[in-house]
Amino acid sequence: MKKNLAIQVENLSKVYRLGVEDESRDNLATAMASFFRNPISNYRRYRSLYDFRDIDTVGTGSAAASDDRKDILWALRDVSFDVPKGQILGIVGRNGAGKSTLLKILSRITAPTSGRALIQGRVGSLLEVGTGFHQELSGRENVYLNGTILGLRKRQVDGLFDEIVDFAGVEKFLDTPVKRYSSGMKVRLGFAVAAHLSPEVLIVDEVLAVGDAEFKRKCLGKMESIGEEGRTILFVSHNMPQITRLCNRVLMMQDGSIAKDGGPHEVVEAYLSAGKHRVALREWPDAGEAPGGEVARLRSISVRDENGEVADSFDIRRPITVQIEFECLQRGHEMMPGFSVCNEEAQVIFTSVDIEPRWAGKERDSGHYVARITIPGNTLTEGTMLINTSNRVMRPKERLEYFVREAVAFQVIDTLQGDSARGHYLGDLAGIVRPKLDWRTERIDGAASSAPDPGVIAIAGKKASS
Amino acid sequence: MSSSNSALAKDAITVIEPVSGWRLLDRKELADYRDLFFFLVFRDIKVLYAQTVLGFSWALLNPLIQILIFTVIFGKVAQLDTDGIPYALFSTVAIVPWTYMSNAMSAGSTSLVAGQGMLGKIYFPRVIFPITPILAKLVDFVISILLIIAALMYYGVWPGMNLLLMPLFVLMMIAVPLGISLWLSALAIRYRDVKFAMPFVMRMLIYSAPIVYSATKIPESWRLVYSLNPIVGVIEGFRACLLGSEVPWMFILPGIFTSVLLVVGGLLYFHRMEKVFVDVI
Repeated sequence: MKKNLAIQVENLSKVYRLGVEDESRDNLATAMASFFRNPISNYRRYRSLYDFRDIDTVGTGSAAASDDRKDILWALRDVSFDVPKGQILGIVGRNGAGKSTLLKILSRITAPTSGRALIQGRVGSLLEVGTGFHQELSGRENVYLNGTILGLRKRQVDGLFDEIVDFAGVEKFLDTPVKRYSSGMKVRLGFAVAAHLSPEVLIVDEVLAVGDAEFKRKCLGKMESIGEEGRTILFVSHNMPQITRLCNRVLMMQDGSIAKDGGPHEVVEAYLSAGKHRVALREWPDAGEAPGGEVARLRSISVRDENGEVADSFDIRRPITVQIEFECLQRGHEMMPGFSVCNEEAQVIFTSVDIEPRWAGKERDSGHYVARITIPGNTLTEGTMLINTSNRVMRPKERLEYFVREAVAFQVIDTLQGDSARGHYLGDLAGIVRPKLDWRTERIDGAASSAPDPGVIAIAGKKASS
Repeated sequence: MSSSNSALAKDAITVIEPVSGWRLLDRKELADYRDLFFFLVFRDIKVLYAQTVLGFSWALLNPLIQILIFTVIFGKVAQLDTDGIPYALFSTVAIVPWTYMSNAMSAGSTSLVAGQGMLGKIYFPRVIFPITPILAKLVDFVISILLIIAALMYYGVWPGMNLLLMPLFVLMMIAVPLGISLWLSALAIRYRDVKFAMPFVMRMLIYSAPIVYSATKIPESWRLVYSLNPIVGVIEGFRACLLGSEVPWMFILPGIFTSVLLVVGGLLYFHRMEKVFVDVI
């Protein structure tokens, strides 16, 4: 390993074997019966999940062959890169692109299936704030516990203790059990411990999504200074301004591989524009290729305006109709089509399923169905929205027929006419939804208001004139 | 930094590779994390009796109640023959180590499942998980030794020189739950069946060893098979040391052999399975 490198990753791959299909067990008796019928096959199935001998993870020759296997998921595929000391490397990518798997391997939480990584120096990782915290122990004890988890000796923690407490701002609560801390305090203490105690390499996954604005600024500042000290940071975030501000270099991950590697502006731009080909209408004209199984298949999904026209951008005040067309291939199944709306951070804003009494809880005949669901105006907030759709057969045997992530996308735009939920305010309005609510305010202290009651003026006027 | 070639040193290179092969124990890595070890044990002890009224008295109450029940049922009602030893004394010297072993086994076996939040988010040598409760439960054991002292004084028994052999049996008493916990914790994370099997395994184990009855009741031809259970050796050893009787090595030596086997096999199996822990939670 070269002296100036902090991390060297060579052909790293991680394979997961997907799913043991779960049979639906309606009651204890059938569950027990099936268990007694097949404990041995259960054992084999669980065992097979972690056995990869039949998959060639090293050679590239048969990679194509294992590609076709539906039960295999390549969370990370042949990833190689080097990180020089002192670099702040940002990693961006959609959910499921492999970012977290990469960080987990580098922080030694899970082992790779093939390939290897070399890290020079101690590694501190902050994959979730406060995981090492114990609720019953005091703040002081938790600092030591976390310090030793990060691999330090007690006396090393002693030397840094005051600085940590100072950064986190929890002096007063040092001897209070952590369970009485607010979540903000836990985040502060967790970050303070990791940032001060570690080490040559710091791995940070998305933890700055929580905490107040001031603390986030403080954390970013701390990370900058860590970088200046010549220590290395790997930083995953969905917050593009944070990435461009902090990082010297950014990796964009896609389907387990590195799709782009370069300067922050260049990669962030590529990442953001990668979303632009997302569409408001998706169709599967060929039934054989449509997502789904033997019972139901998704044929099309779209977002439409009030006139039924497909649209990819909506006025925040207007209703949005989601139209889902699906085919029911076998009669006699009870199914629950549904969809959820997510924002760019892949946060699910809400989920909706078919509750129409005509269909819900009843067996369907085979045939072609179209469902139209209207999201009222003034519900979603501004920004890019993505729709996931699924269909679950509920009876006779519960199973998921299909689940399509980010099937369609659309923009919600506030045209700033003054009659949306933001009124005339043009600043940042926080929140993942933006309902327009009815505000009714009355003054209740009884003092004369600036616009006096017209009746009172009239009487006063009469008195004056008489 | 403590030592230049330690895994925690500035310039040390950590190699992350697919895990393969058999390994007993990475002693160097464990030594690097010894302070963590100390803190986790301390945490377990401190948290154990948090928010209880009786606190550490529970460490006395639990075995005491067990002893009372056994003395009444097996001593007074069933009148089991205990080779002339008063039943209360006979069961006290057995129940104190048994309580430790059963508590340590239960806590050790569930340690990985209980710690899965940490398991998925931070790295430290995984073997620390099952070892921590084994050490933490020793505090309860030390407290409950008071019961043994009280019983010995009440009956006026002086152990004599046999007491010098005590460390051997204490070591064995720790080795048994350690070995079992290494096996079961690694199994439990993959097969949650372990959780459901534990309670009745415990109930069976208590009768598999001479805790309520005397080992001399076992037919001679079965003695070797019987003593392969290392719990038999621990209990017989404790009795001989504390009551000053002759040490029955034929009950003890086979147990020493199996407990060494349990620990070595447990360490090998644990390290073999380590790599899939996180992928199965």
